[in-house]
Amino acid sequence: MFSKTLHGVRVPHRKNTAGAAPERMPVPAIVTIPMSMHIGAPAKPVVNVGDEVSVGQLIAEAAGFVSSPIYSGVSGKVKKLDDMLMSGGQFVPAVTIETDGKQTLFEGMTAPKVTDLEEFIDAVRKSGVVGLGGAGFPTAVKLSVKDLSKIEAVIINGAECEPYITSDTRTMLDDADLVWEGIELLKKFMQVKRIVIGIEDNKPQCVSAFRTRCKAGDGVEVKALPALYPQGGEKVLIYNTIGRVVPEGKLPIDAGAIVINCTTLAAVAKYIKTGMPLVEKCVTVDGSAVKNPKNVIAPIGTPVKDLFEFCGGFKAEPRKVLYGGPMMGLAVPDLDAPVLKNTNAVLAFDEKDAVLPKETSCIKCGRCVAHCPFNLAPADIETAFRLKKPEDLEALKVNLCMECGCCAYVCPANRPLVQVNKLAKVMLRDYQSAQKAAAEMLKAKKAKEEENK
Amino acid sequence: MSNFTVAVSPHIKDKTNTSSIMRDVLIALCPALIASAVIFGARALLVTAICVAFAVGGEWMFDKIVKKPSTIGDLSAVVTGVLLAYNLPVGIPLWQAAFGSLVAIIVVKQLFGGLGQNFANPAITARIIMLLAFSSTMTAWVIPGVADTVSGATPLVILKGAEEGGTLPTITNMLLGLRGGCLGETSAIALILGGAYLLIRRVISWHTPVAFIGTVFLFTLLVKGDVNYSVYQVLSGGLLLGALFMATDYSTTPSTDWGRIIFGVGCGLITVLIRVWGNYPEGVSFSILLMNILAPYISKATRKKPLGGVKA
Repeated sequence: MFSKTLHGVRVPHRKNTAGAAPERMPVPAIVTIPMSMHIGAPAKPVVNVGDEVSVGQLIAEAAGFVSSPIYSGVSGKVKKLDDMLMSGGQFVPAVTIETDGKQTLFEGMTAPKVTDLEEFIDAVRKSGVVGLGGAGFPTAVKLSVKDLSKIEAVIINGAECEPYITSDTRTMLDDADLVWEGIELLKKFMQVKRIVIGIEDNKPQCVSAFRTRCKAGDGVEVKALPALYPQGGEKVLIYNTIGRVVPEGKLPIDAGAIVINCTTLAAVAKYIKTGMPLVEKCVTVDGSAVKNPKNVIAPIGTPVKDLFEFCGGFKAEPRKVLYGGPMMGLAVPDLDAPVLKNTNAVLAFDEKDAVLPKETSCIKCGRCVAHCPFNLAPADIETAFRLKKPEDLEALKVNLCMECGCCAYVCPANRPLVQVNKLAKVMLRDYQSAQKAAAEMLKAKKAKEEENK
Repeated sequence: MSNFTVAVSPHIKDKTNTSSIMRDVLIALCPALIASAVIFGARALLVTAICVAFAVGGEWMFDKIVKKPSTIGDLSAVVTGVLLAYNLPVGIPLWQAAFGSLVAIIVVKQLFGGLGQNFANPAITARIIMLLAFSSTMTAWVIPGVADTVSGATPLVILKGAEEGGTLPTITNMLLGLRGGCLGETSAIALILGGAYLLIRRVISWHTPVAFIGTVFLFTLLVKGDVNYSVYQVLSGGLLLGALFMATDYSTTPSTDWGRIIFGVGCGLITVLIRVWGNYPEGVSFSILLMNILAPYISKATRKKPLGGVKA
């Protein structure tokens, strides 16, 4: 109760794939690239059916400020431009490419000229890089800070707190040079004085890999953080590294911080160095149903079934397949789901791990409250939601919930607390917009009455 | 490939569940059960068995009658049965023990919606009802260590000076439990052992027991100015049983750390008020029941401020 770090849960690590360098899988026969792999407007395709494309070629351009261009990671022929169903339940346009296996590089590919901040941000935008830690927020938008002096620290997120996932670990070990180049770019163009690399202490080799690079006075420090999930959550990481709280409804920059995932930064540095945009991902393939778990480098758009096949197939019948880790990952309905820009892991679980125990009644033990990093009261939120009391939800600050899942993880009654919070947010949003509309109507009515006087 | 389970995250879960928690509580209650059998004889086990049987049977029957899935698998009825038995004198007529168990489970727990929904501790409330209904058998104390069953006064009665010529047991006997009292409350060592187990297993937090016992100790010290008196107050009656096992019940106590401290302090104050100035020699049950009523409000008042939350 007197602790200064945020609460969390000790989840099992299961970093089975941390030890070996990622393997490049053979080019898949077909890739399906959805136009919405980021937060914001879906990208606009610039290729047509029948067009020949090569590796690194633009296939869709950003459709607005909060959007991101998409490049091909394979060479071949565009087969289809069609709508596809995403795991989130929405239909988005997608480009399907039949590969030729040659992996011809795009001819017009050159490293961008970067001499000032404007060119740097422009290069980040063109790189197609979005938040690769999972959120998929366009990195260029995140870095477009009007007043550079507001940035007190940039935090490089190497926490990787989700069980199983080791793709960031491999970035920090295999591409430490690129991460470091990214840090230099930030220092040069964004005038960042302080850079904190936050890494969970269950990855000592990553901690020391960066500690040896840090020199006194260069403004870069490595912070080994306790392996306490959700250490890598943006607001949690900001609090635990620089001790700042991001106020409700504000962005990290309002607390003086920018958080960039280490793999995101490496991808930016790679584009600026070589001109190769984000076209492939290192994906951790693991889970109780997978025969040979490993990290796989795959072109974006590769169907996850090809990844599993490359890892020796299944040793048990998969019953649940996830994008991302088991704490916050998204369950996919079938194996045709493609690797997205922000896919860092694909997990397959057998029968035993796929079905969670049945829910029982809440015993008011308070574990959900004690483990919530943001001090929310999930059990009270659930009660307010079931009683349909949006005004209570507002007071309980359900909108602050980041859906990390600590509450549901520790709940002895197996209550679906994250699901309830998601639904409660919708209920609150509806209530707030109704309140706003009512207030506006009242105002209009009063104005009219004034007029009629 | 449409046989995949799709569900909202998280997709993993720690091993704790309601019945594992209750199992831990039962394990923690074992030392006191053994102590009661040694101190008061086999009848202590019989009373406990009757209480458990009627508590579990009552819950099973209730679920059957209201056509709900049976909840006896969560073991909470077993815990209630054991705790009620620990709050009874060993000589209690068995039908009264059975009656008390049914009151605890059906009236206090199930009628309010079952586990987690009851606002009052079932075992405590049933004990108070029995105390009022069966005053003579509920206060017929057996003094262990003396040949046969000799009735006598509990240390609390002696401390109060209500019974003339009573001599207090030695501190060693108080720790071992060789004194008059309810069958599960006398052995301080056994109860502390169980409480330590619950603390280590993180089933309970230290806040309530420390606040409760600490308040009783300090308040009685303030009143009498005698450390010895305060130590006897802490070891007497049902304080340890109440503070470690009943005031830490989840459903009927606050769920925040500060709330638990306030709850414990409140229990301690009321206990001493009753013990020192009240008509009854013992006040632990009443104090917990009274604080049970306040628990939801304490919980709400001590809710933590959400990180970064702005007042609406």
